[in-house]
Amino acid sequence: MAAVQWKNPVIKWIDYRLPIFTMVHHDLVDYPTPRNLNYWWNFGSLAGITLVIMVLTGIFLAMYYTPHVDYAFESVERIMRDVNYGWLIRYLHMNGGSMFFLAVYIHVFRGLYFGSYKAPRELLWIIGVFILLAMMATAFMGYVLPWGQMSFWAATVITNLFSAVPLVGEAIVRWLWGGFTVDNPTLNRFYALHFLLPFVILGLVGLHMWALHVHKSNNPLGIDIKSPSDTIPFHPYYTAKDMYGLGIFMTVYLFFVFFAPNFFGEPDNYIKANSLVTPAHIVPEWYLLPYYAILRAITFDIWFIPAKLIGVIAMFASILILVLLPWLDRSPVRSARFRPLYKQFFWLFFVDCLILGWVGANPPDAMLMGKISLLVIGQLATLYYFAFFLVIVPLLGIFERPKPLPESISAAVLKPGAAE
Amino acid sequence: MTATATTAGPLDDGKSRRDFLLIATSTVGAVGTALAVWPLVDSMNPAADVLALASTEVDLSAIQQGQSITVVWRGKPVFVRHRTAAEIKAAEATALSELIDPQPDKARVKKPQWLVMVGVCTHLGCIPLGQKANDLKGDYGGWFCPCHGSHYDTAGRIRKGPAPQNLAVPDYQFLSDTVIRIG
Repeated sequence: MAAVQWKNPVIKWIDYRLPIFTMVHHDLVDYPTPRNLNYWWNFGSLAGITLVIMVLTGIFLAMYYTPHVDYAFESVERIMRDVNYGWLIRYLHMNGGSMFFLAVYIHVFRGLYFGSYKAPRELLWIIGVFILLAMMATAFMGYVLPWGQMSFWAATVITNLFSAVPLVGEAIVRWLWGGFTVDNPTLNRFYALHFLLPFVILGLVGLHMWALHVHKSNNPLGIDIKSPSDTIPFHPYYTAKDMYGLGIFMTVYLFFVFFAPNFFGEPDNYIKANSLVTPAHIVPEWYLLPYYAILRAITFDIWFIPAKLIGVIAMFASILILVLLPWLDRSPVRSARFRPLYKQFFWLFFVDCLILGWVGANPPDAMLMGKISLLVIGQLATLYYFAFFLVIVPLLGIFERPKPLPESISAAVLKPGAAE
Repeated sequence: MTATATTAGPLDDGKSRRDFLLIATSTVGAVGTALAVWPLVDSMNPAADVLALASTEVDLSAIQQGQSITVVWRGKPVFVRHRTAAEIKAAEATALSELIDPQPDKARVKKPQWLVMVGVCTHLGCIPLGQKANDLKGDYGGWFCPCHGSHYDTAGRIRKGPAPQNLAVPDYQFLSDTVIRIG
């Protein structure tokens, strides 16, 4: 965009030396955005706003939290009972974690449906996968801090995953713990890292935005911007749309904060950690359930590789496989609107993820209606999860016949009687 | 010798010497960086006071046959069980071919009636049930891990479920007939 002429002398003076106003104008005001973005495109900015809320509430919690096994649980209860508005700040932070994952998961499925991972946005997508990984690490360590029963046993189970590594597994776990069990050194380092990682995420989000603004947003038609008439300026059109979406998002978020603050939590986490008693049923937070189901689905050795190691590999692979997706999907068409077969497999994949989440929430030896083993359902769902990426998507790229693409965004949108 | 060595050689010699200096400097720099990072990495390993945790002595005289107690050693639960004759017989009669992690019963005990082992499931570190009389004990009458469903027998050996190994037997010795020291 052409350089903006600033009138205010102070802004002019600053902008000449540090063109920060020009940058904001370029990326948030003039920024040309496809004119046909639907509401699924709100979730990127919603995730960003939630990240800011998490950092802010987190800093205020840190002013009262004590990272010591003897005081952590009590300090959280003190925040809840004695600190002014402590309950509000903590519930915003607790439920904010769930809302953050909700926004990000919708954002990821949006990307999958409309082919936002395809050239030239592969790196943008990959940075996003790393943001997701960093979020999971942050959420897991944050969950440990209140030092309740679920905190302690989640930390034990997740750190023990690394004991599956051949030869050095035990040494790695001891290194992670700083002792022989999850204990005070573990809590201290988790607190330090839980404080650090959100800033790493902010850095990654910066790269994500940078890469986004090079080739601009994808859109529901999945075709490139071809002329200025395909775009509208970000402000006021999408600032307004994002604010409207934010209003609805905040309504849902604050409903949980005020009316069902422990909806996503586990009652066991209001029992102080006890290293000698494991709760009868350990479950992670909802946003990690599908991966947990994949971990538990592997109950068989393959050749000389023990089941435990394969389970751990499968769990990490279920996320890392997203990195390869831009190259697994050879179809030149981005949007599922023009991919009749992909669209069906996509929705099946979406349901598959929900099934994995449901299996993950249940005990390992549970039965459906007393007949069908949930383990088997989890195994089939895991099979479909990987088959989707490794078999279905690559084959569709070759065999699917996409519908004809519109000539341009403006032609499709501005034509009277044009489809959505 | 010294005079010639310090004099710059022909042009290509000087070039290869420059390459050598560059590679040598980078190598020293890389090794130096690695050495500087190591204290940071190693600082996360168990500290001296954690390593120095005392061993634990346990008085067995109060434990009746068929009873178990849990003692804490290095922050972990240690199961001490006074096994019944039937349990010992079941453990000794099991053929090694039936075991996931084959180990005869006598390799897991110092005296058959006393079974001492770390009560941490070898799958992902939960504490198996089976210490209390009314706990679930699993399909083999020993211990059962509620997290992911591992079944252990009366010698603490893994029989069914995702755990790869038997419950670990710590180093311990009998100080007298009724006192053991773990660690």
